[in-house]
Amino acid sequence: MKLSLQWLKDFVDNPWGARELGERLTMAGFELEGSAPAAPPFAGVVVAEIVSCEKHPQADKLQLCQVSTGAGPALQIVCGAHNARAGLRTALATVGAVLPGDLKIAAAKLRGVDSAGMLCSAKELGLAEVSDGIVELPADVPLGADVREALGLDDDVLEIAITPNRGDAMSVLGLAREVAALSGATLRSPAPDRVVAKHSANVPVTLIAGSGCAKFVGRLIRGVNNRAATPMWLRERLRRAGLRSISPVVDVTNYVLQELGQPMHAYDAAKLQGGITVRMARAQESLTLLDGKTVTLADDMLVIADAGGAVGLAGVMGGERTAVSADSVDVFFEVAWFQPQAIAGRGRRIGVTTDASQRFERGVDPELQERALERATQLLLSIAGGTAGPSAVHRSADALPIRTPVQLRSAQLARLLGFAPAEGLVGAKLKALGMRVEVVSGGWRVTPPSHRFDIAIEADLIEEVGRQIGLAAIPEIAPRALQRFAPLPEAQSADARVLDLLAARGYQEAIHFAFVDPALQLTLFPAAATVRLTNPIAENLAVMRVSLWPGLLQATRDNFRRQQDRVRLFELASVFDAAGRETEMVAGVSAGLRHTEQWASARDEAKMSADFYDLRADLSALCSISGDLAQFEFRAGGLGCLHPGRSATLLKSGHAVGYLGELHPDVVARLDLTYVPQVFELRRDALWSCSPRVGDISRQPLVRRDLAVVVDESITFGQLRDRVISVASGLLRELRCFDIYRGAGVESGRKSVALGLIFQDNLKTLTDEEADRLMAAIRSDLGTSLNAKIRE
Amino acid sequence: MADLDTLVGTALAEIASCTELSALEAIRVAVLGKKGTLTDELKSLGKLPAAERPAAGALINVAKEKVAAALDARKAGLTATAISARLASETCDVTLPGRGEPRGGLHPVTKVRLRIEELFRRAGFDVATGPEIEDDFHNFTALNIPADHPARAMHDTFYFPDGRLLRTHTSPVQIRSMQAAVAANTLPLALIAPGRVYRCDYDQTHSPMFHQVEGLFVDENVSFGNLKSVLHGFLEAFFERDLKMRLRPSYFPFTEPSAEVDISCVFCAGAGCRVCKHTGWLEIAGCGMVHPNVFKACGIDAEKYTGYAFGMGIERLTMLRYGVNDLRLFFDSDLRFLRQFQAV
Repeated sequence: MKLSLQWLKDFVDNPWGARELGERLTMAGFELEGSAPAAPPFAGVVVAEIVSCEKHPQADKLQLCQVSTGAGPALQIVCGAHNARAGLRTALATVGAVLPGDLKIAAAKLRGVDSAGMLCSAKELGLAEVSDGIVELPADVPLGADVREALGLDDDVLEIAITPNRGDAMSVLGLAREVAALSGATLRSPAPDRVVAKHSANVPVTLIAGSGCAKFVGRLIRGVNNRAATPMWLRERLRRAGLRSISPVVDVTNYVLQELGQPMHAYDAAKLQGGITVRMARAQESLTLLDGKTVTLADDMLVIADAGGAVGLAGVMGGERTAVSADSVDVFFEVAWFQPQAIAGRGRRIGVTTDASQRFERGVDPELQERALERATQLLLSIAGGTAGPSAVHRSADALPIRTPVQLRSAQLARLLGFAPAEGLVGAKLKALGMRVEVVSGGWRVTPPSHRFDIAIEADLIEEVGRQIGLAAIPEIAPRALQRFAPLPEAQSADARVLDLLAARGYQEAIHFAFVDPALQLTLFPAAATVRLTNPIAENLAVMRVSLWPGLLQATRDNFRRQQDRVRLFELASVFDAAGRETEMVAGVSAGLRHTEQWASARDEAKMSADFYDLRADLSALCSISGDLAQFEFRAGGLGCLHPGRSATLLKSGHAVGYLGELHPDVVARLDLTYVPQVFELRRDALWSCSPRVGDISRQPLVRRDLAVVVDESITFGQLRDRVISVASGLLRELRCFDIYRGAGVESGRKSVALGLIFQDNLKTLTDEEADRLMAAIRSDLGTSLNAKIRE
Repeated sequence: MADLDTLVGTALAEIASCTELSALEAIRVAVLGKKGTLTDELKSLGKLPAAERPAAGALINVAKEKVAAALDARKAGLTATAISARLASETCDVTLPGRGEPRGGLHPVTKVRLRIEELFRRAGFDVATGPEIEDDFHNFTALNIPADHPARAMHDTFYFPDGRLLRTHTSPVQIRSMQAAVAANTLPLALIAPGRVYRCDYDQTHSPMFHQVEGLFVDENVSFGNLKSVLHGFLEAFFERDLKMRLRPSYFPFTEPSAEVDISCVFCAGAGCRVCKHTGWLEIAGCGMVHPNVFKACGIDAEKYTGYAFGMGIERLTMLRYGVNDLRLFFDSDLRFLRQFQAV
């Protein structure tokens, strides 16, 4: 909310300058978000009236204006504004004036005609971002006066953030109350005199919405001239509050809202059909609002209606049909009290938030309505004339909120703050906020004022005490530690290891949004059921990811576009299934050169891309974190978006826990990639470890035998391994594959696989003869079971 | 005996001019070996009269020792030369890069998260987590933000068709942890909850996904003074420097009293700079005493227990710690950005 210090002065003598006031309010919970002078510096600009206008002899768009400043002869000013006309009171920058931006005004010749200054627009004076023509001042501004004085421009405007619990502070009066409490200055807040009714007519009002609208004050004002000019002082205050002047009726309601915090509404009485009823909307009821937007209402929304239907969404915005216009003559003022719960969220639901709805949903002082009506009536009569009728107060059977006393125990105050403020101070601070304070045994009984909606429990009062004495007064008290041992499952300690291992293997961690482009995700996982956001930021961030690959592949593509030739990225994050269930995954992508370009690469390797076996090594390293690599198995294929011959399903104890491999050529083409990425993804909990179980170390010597077998291409290393293990039973310690050869000497469709077998007997030394017998048995088994031919 | 002198003289000359270890060995064999010239002399002692033998023998032994010493000295010299020559031929260019691949690294947000976890673990806090897709109860209602509460407008929430939502803060983890502690009868509790949170807001200073860390301490007689002490202690430990801290009253539905936490600017030490917008202060956290309604929603007796809670943005801490000036860099995965964090 924007607070003009001049306006504030109506209610309290603020002892501080703009900067210190901002600081004090900030430390009391009203954060200063910005501060600006009401107008930038300028000098030498006076109020003047255009006496006559005639066309410039040399220029179509310029006029020669004779301008009076009330004393001395009229000045001739050349002006290009379309609204320059005889009789207009405006701002004249006299010769020697300095305008914002250090623009100096000198006597000039414009197209051959002398001009003794410049008539100014609001923009030229720094009073508006844009303006249409020169300033139009009302006739109440004295001729010849310095514009800064006439408009009270030597003022500061503070922009203050009001937290949602403090609707009562969303007005000049509300902030004045705080300033008074903080400074000890007296609050000047007199109830205005009652306007004497000059006629007896009024609009009948019926309240049938229960506690939603507990009070409705109405008054009919007849014979208003809504084409009258709003006086400059009021327009200036509205401008400093961030509002535009529209018409006397609208300006007055806006002014009262800013000043007192009471929203009100004005109806063109001629357009009202019969009396007014405050009721709940009917489901699907339609209403065209002041801003021209037609909305469909729900049955938990409160409306103001006449015989022709809803004429306003209560507490949010009035309707177009009964809106006040320049031609309005009879005006009906509505000043109501709506229950916060009856207004809260209704505007947001239909996409409308107004100054009124913000205040009503936070709570408006239930004792403010009569005062606001008197203030508005007086202002309107003084600006636009007319005669006021009686004010009628309507109440529904349900009572307005009653402020009940809240107990504040001094012990609880000390317990929650950590120290005990002086008892006299507590009472004094609460009283300064308008609370009624009774000292009772062990504390205080505190009744908040009617405008406070945020004091319901003891903690609310403790907050007020803390706020008023200043949080800096509370000492820092080192807590005692709990010194308790929380469970630390060793099995789950793998996460830090995963991060370090992947980083050590050259992968850079990345973090991507959890919502991804549905098109990209569909390309990768055409069959996956996903969960979609109701209100995504953009279509390419609309569905929850079922895999970390979409983000990683996009990032890889971006990095190649940034001229990176080698990308290794990984991410640890959750993926989401169609039911929104979350699974934590670890995933990575590897694309581009296998090795960074380096002098030590073998020549034929230098330009090679990473392939499946590079990825396979990374995955084995990752799986070894679990402490039991043997639980994992790589089974060929398994996922449609991967190359069927160069991908695998990762199984742990027989259950699929992840996938790895080269992206399918179709997908590579559809994603328009210039390289072939290798990707992996597995469940994070698959890496949870078992605590190691230590076994005995055999003292017996190892025996190594090598074997080369020629088998069909279709025979896998896994098949060979399984046969060897089965025949060698417990004596095989390790099986290495140290060469795979295709070419001369091996018929096509077959390959030669060289195996290194390392045997050991735990109990005794394995003899050469035993090793030879084992090898013979293995050779024979491989020959029969896998059609292997032994290479000599 | 002139013969002996000649033998020794010849041997010493041969040794002196020898340049190969193998040739030196040949000389040793030829002079001192079983059939060597000096060995032969010893063998011929028998031909001498018994009275001359000791003197002659002694002379021969002196000659042998002389030759043996010369051989050893020469061998040591040749060996040293050979090693020097070998070392000279085996030089590496130590300025060439080593074989293999550079390491990758962790994301700065992860690094900062791990640092925060470590600091709080040392202070006795557990690390808790919770789901990112939350229900209305845990994200709002239990945190004293009923439906239509104006505070909901401050949370631009992503919703799903079934009414669930992406959590807008890590505070639901507070609720889940307190409920669990009540169920397991394990109060008091001290925890932090780092994690991803989501807001429907995307511009230069807002990301629709970012990271928060939540703190919660519930025990009998926990005070606002304790909260101030813990926050100040953490922030000084995190930034590794003395900091001024100030608390400004504020409003969060789930704490009462509530406050925003400012620290003296880590770039200008409070003197005023562009980062702190010339205020000397940086807003760093929100905090407060757990609202009795929140305790109530979790089944905790607010008369017996009090508690404090706080929340911080991890990206904000990361930006201040490492001087990152654009939030969007964290989620762009630009390797040129990410690689700058390999050192820390």
